[in-house]
Amino acid sequence: MDFKFTPEQDKFRQEIRDFVKKELPPGFETGVGGHVETDEEWKVARAMTKKLAEKGWLNIGWPREYGGQDNHMFSVILNEEMNYLCAPGLDFGGVGMLAPALMKHGNEEQKKEHLGRIARGEVVWCQGWSEPEAGSDLPNLKTRAVEDGDYYVINGQKVWTSLAHHADWCFLLAKTNPDAQPKHRGITFILVDFKTPGITIRPLVTMAKERSFSEVFYDNVRVPKKNVVGEVNGGFKVAMTAAGFERSGIYRIALALRNVDRMIEWSKKPQPGGYVPAKDPVVRQKLANIYIEGRISRMLAYRVAWLQSQGLEPEWEASVARVFGSEFQQHSAEVGSQIMGLRGMLMKGSKWADEDCNMALQAMLGIGATIAAGTSEVQRNAIALRGLELPRG
Amino acid sequence: MDFGFTQEQEMLRTSARDFLTTECPPELVKELAEDEKGYKPEMWAKMAELGWQGLAIPEQYDGMGMTFLDLSVLLEEMGRAVCPGPFFSTVVLAGFAILEAGSEAQKKEYLSKIAGGKAIATLAITEPSASYDAAAITVEAKADGDNYIINGTKLFVDNASNADFMVVAARTRQGKKAEDGITLFVIDGKAPGITTTPLNTIAGTKECEVTFDEVKVSKDSVLGEVDRGWPVIDRVLEKAAAAKCAEMVGGMQAALDMSVAYAKERVQFGKPIGSFQAIQHHCANMLIDVEGSRFITYQAAWKLSEGMEATMEVSMAKAWVSEAYRRVARLGHQIHGGIGFCMDHNMPLYFKHSKEAESLFGTADWHREKVAQELGL
Repeated sequence: MDFKFTPEQDKFRQEIRDFVKKELPPGFETGVGGHVETDEEWKVARAMTKKLAEKGWLNIGWPREYGGQDNHMFSVILNEEMNYLCAPGLDFGGVGMLAPALMKHGNEEQKKEHLGRIARGEVVWCQGWSEPEAGSDLPNLKTRAVEDGDYYVINGQKVWTSLAHHADWCFLLAKTNPDAQPKHRGITFILVDFKTPGITIRPLVTMAKERSFSEVFYDNVRVPKKNVVGEVNGGFKVAMTAAGFERSGIYRIALALRNVDRMIEWSKKPQPGGYVPAKDPVVRQKLANIYIEGRISRMLAYRVAWLQSQGLEPEWEASVARVFGSEFQQHSAEVGSQIMGLRGMLMKGSKWADEDCNMALQAMLGIGATIAAGTSEVQRNAIALRGLELPRG
Repeated sequence: MDFGFTQEQEMLRTSARDFLTTECPPELVKELAEDEKGYKPEMWAKMAELGWQGLAIPEQYDGMGMTFLDLSVLLEEMGRAVCPGPFFSTVVLAGFAILEAGSEAQKKEYLSKIAGGKAIATLAITEPSASYDAAAITVEAKADGDNYIINGTKLFVDNASNADFMVVAARTRQGKKAEDGITLFVIDGKAPGITTTPLNTIAGTKECEVTFDEVKVSKDSVLGEVDRGWPVIDRVLEKAAAAKCAEMVGGMQAALDMSVAYAKERVQFGKPIGSFQAIQHHCANMLIDVEGSRFITYQAAWKLSEGMEATMEVSMAKAWVSEAYRRVARLGHQIHGGIGFCMDHNMPLYFKHSKEAESLFGTADWHREKVAQELGL
């Protein structure tokens, strides 16, 4: 057991902080996972991506043969710092999901066409997986890909597609064999150029008023067969590789960690009327507890990262980290509401809102945390069935 | 970063588990809860043969010279077996006090006795106020020529009834701050004027009341510096809290393993209950609590092992694990249903262990306040 980072890792962490201080406009902040809302903010985000690419940081976790530095821990640290500082620019979809899938399952032509551009931050990818009838039950997806000569014709609807309204390309899961049993054996992983005619994007507005996802409608979209990654009907395996590259989930909890630190600072300030939250024994208890929870979340995430950096494949460990971390995100907002009282309802920028401590947004984001990318219920199922080997129902 | 154990630690764990499975089965644990001594001298001797009592004692005092982290691995296994007896009080409480503050002569005498399994010992800090704060120490030690005279009552003294010697915290002077004026003494457990009465605790642990009635001890029995005992106590209590967490993690893991095993075999409605999602999620929640507790505990143990400042980490661990063990024990009972509620079942051993451990060396609330202080609140 050793809980310290190496001097190189500490140095890298500081370099990231210096980089963000230098390159990001002061006061600029993203939502969870680098979400930005306005077109102006998007420009800043794209510029940051390019700068990260120039520094060789964007794909630092990739194998050396593909231009990375084979440094998984560095990429996790980068993820943590960028998200703690609410700085945009990291590319979870392209760099973190599609690229590893191409490296393992793609052919040479696909790797040549796409990996370089992803590494240089030149292209925006989105993930077309979930559907109205296929959330937790992803194999139940209905978007069809039907052969037509050298093409697949795609019809259907995706939902929760992050970054769709900015995306250049999409890595899509479509059903090529609706009769396959089990269902996941009829799914194909295919790359879709978003300039292809027939694609309609409708942004969804979350309860946090963020247009972070979209519905995407595919109406006779013709995609070349050469864009299939891996085997036809073998797409689920490719998807698992995509989802398995970065499993620490640290980026999700980093913002909550930041908010806990901000709550601690906020609580030290005397409020109008003289009350100092930090001197209230009840507040002290709640803050201490959420701080501890945050530290454990971080440890569980780094444990997953460490296992991956050893070349191991964490399964239930990742689910444990995920459940704990996402619930920490929610609890942090609950503590925020409790200790901030009425002030807890104010949105950032409102008159009377604190400059730094904005728990109202965290509260809304926390609702999504236990649902996105594998609900807490599904994660617990995985822990029970795969981690503890309990029998299937 | 390294979230694994060394090969030596894994070997220690395996050998400890094997020993305890044979020597300390649940039936014996239940028996010893009702037993006057609360431990088996034969088992104590066998542990000494394995070098357990001296595991973290330096080699020059006949110990094995291993680390606090190594000891935590052993304690985890002892927690898994809910092993009763004076190991914790002797090795962690008295042992670390003497290691921390003893003169060369005292270390030579007492630590080698401990390492050889030749002495049972304990630490007497808390009093009827049941607080771990310095101000709670009111037992008086009045200087009297070459001696001190000790008067007062200590409460929750672990295994005092079995102790050959005790490290006792008494007030030698009223200082400006509560922390000033406390002195540690190493005293014969059966010295004239000492009366020891075991309390009746939920798990049958031999926590005792110890009264001091004009107990005369020589100046030589002072451990460390007169009036400057509090910093020693503070550090020993930190080690004790971390060590107790290691024990608790072992207990939690055992409760989880038992519950999962039961869920796989218990059939209701034609299926093992482990196939029902409600039970699966209880088990998943137990595992999540075990994992979180394990790493927050080992972070504290690691820091203490490395000689680093660990006040924050120790308090984080004890605050968290105190409540996590309670949750795990409760879910363990929920999974076992009615049968787990019976005296002859093993699950109650863990519930009772969790109840005692949660308040030893500071409750969750007390430690959260420490964390708040460390955060500058």
